[in-house]
Amino acid sequence: MSTFLNEWGDTIWQGFIDTLKMTSISLIISVIIGLPLALLLVLTRKGGEAENRIVNAILNTVINIIRSIPFIILLFFILPFTKLVAQTTIGVQGVIVPLVVFTAPYIARLIESALLEVDRGVVEAYQSMGISTSKIIWYVIVREARASIVLGLTIATIGLIGATAMAGLVGAGGLGDIAYQYGHLRFQPDVMYTTIIILIIMVQAIQSIGNLLARKLRKN
Amino acid sequence: MISLQNVSKTFEVGKKKVEALKDVSVEINKGEIFGVIGFSGAGKSTLIRCVNLLERPTSGKVIIDGTDILTLNKKDLQKVRQKIGMIFQGYNLLKTATVYQNIAIPLRLEGVPAAEIRERVKKYLEIVGLADKAKSYPGELSGGQRQRVAIARALAHEPEVLLSDEATSALDPTTTEQILELLLTINKELGITIFLITHELDVIQRICDRVAVMEQGRIVEQGKVVDVFTKPEHPRTKSFVRNKDVFHVPEAIKQQLEKSGKLVALTFLGESSKDPFLATIAKKFDILPSIIAGGIDQLKDQSVGNLLVHLKGTEPEIQKAISYLQAEEVLVEEVSNQ
Repeated sequence: MSTFLNEWGDTIWQGFIDTLKMTSISLIISVIIGLPLALLLVLTRKGGEAENRIVNAILNTVINIIRSIPFIILLFFILPFTKLVAQTTIGVQGVIVPLVVFTAPYIARLIESALLEVDRGVVEAYQSMGISTSKIIWYVIVREARASIVLGLTIATIGLIGATAMAGLVGAGGLGDIAYQYGHLRFQPDVMYTTIIILIIMVQAIQSIGNLLARKLRKN
Repeated sequence: MISLQNVSKTFEVGKKKVEALKDVSVEINKGEIFGVIGFSGAGKSTLIRCVNLLERPTSGKVIIDGTDILTLNKKDLQKVRQKIGMIFQGYNLLKTATVYQNIAIPLRLEGVPAAEIRERVKKYLEIVGLADKAKSYPGELSGGQRQRVAIARALAHEPEVLLSDEATSALDPTTTEQILELLLTINKELGITIFLITHELDVIQRICDRVAVMEQGRIVEQGKVVDVFTKPEHPRTKSFVRNKDVFHVPEAIKQQLEKSGKLVALTFLGESSKDPFLATIAKKFDILPSIIAGGIDQLKDQSVGNLLVHLKGTEPEIQKAISYLQAEEVLVEEVSNQ
């Protein structure tokens, strides 16, 4: 055990930190992009507060196209764009861009469905009280959807962890990469199982935290 | 104070045009409770939503305190809306907020100072009788309690008018009774004008001063509740008012009774219900009245008695008795004609 830790401890720890970094940074940026996209989708849809068929159709198509592309393809497909935005295409910095491009539309969809669950009657009640649409969006629609949004983000986060495993291909490291490089290619099962167990614990923990938070927010 | 003038509303459903409102005019006076009754699909929901422009009329005017609110810009319309409270069949509360927050949040969004918000929430929770539920969530409350919260939320804006969109339709009879009682109190003590729509005759009967009957997007009859109630003219109104057990006599019995006289429905209003009319006509004329069925309806500020009576005797004597009753301001209607 101690020899294993001596030999692999640092590598696995570094992988854990890299995975955490890639996941959290991509998640935050994806939410910053995904939430407004979701709101735009909801507001411009038929019967929405700012109905606009053209904007809605364009948005839907773009999101569907990006969501159709497997991450591994996307990763290489947008290399020039990655270079432009992140100045590099390798390492953790280089993989954030494709991860965000991959996750933001997904999050937009998840939040969209959470927002659509909100009772339109409440929105109408607030309109009848003379409250502006922008305040209704934030204090009614988003507020009431918080629990579902948290559950959606939990799903997205776990998906993100999965995607970071492929980030090793551009030298970003992470636990998935360690499991693949050392465990699979060099056939060192102990390394592979250790990283997999850490990943399982991470996913379990994130799901549990997500469920707990959602339950707290739901209140009924 | 509210005047809807020649309001029409056409919805486009696919390629079809649906006329929800056809040239509707209604006048609601300050301080009264005005009710609109109609079956579902009659257009009453669209009508009430035109008052605060949740639905914009296709044509016509919506005048509130002298201003046609269709001409207002967004900001000014929001100001007008703050003075018009509205309650709904589905309560429409924030599920993730406590009772207190449900009343406080809209006030905060309107920029009411924090100290005043606390005061108002406390005051109106007491008025609706839920002072002890401030920390509860709507999910923990019964339907009637949720509607009280919604009423408190509407009142907390200190509106001049309260719109009620089928507010009691999802509630059981006892709870409905309590909510109607509360609406009456609000109307009397806070002087708030109430405009309500319903499909329940009881609601109109219990609390309204005036009523309009709607059918297929039109108002077919309107007036004081007592008048519409006792002398309905339009067939639709009759179907609402006459849809009462007292007037449902099995056909076989009806035919049997008609052989020896006449079946009449008598309606007594307020004071006249105290006089012994049947005994009087039995003495004065050569007829034998017998009561088949009867009941008393309590209107907002008077009672209406209904009697289904069989008058046994000759035709001339029956006619004399009927004339006598009519002279005493009893409404007489021959049931056999219906």
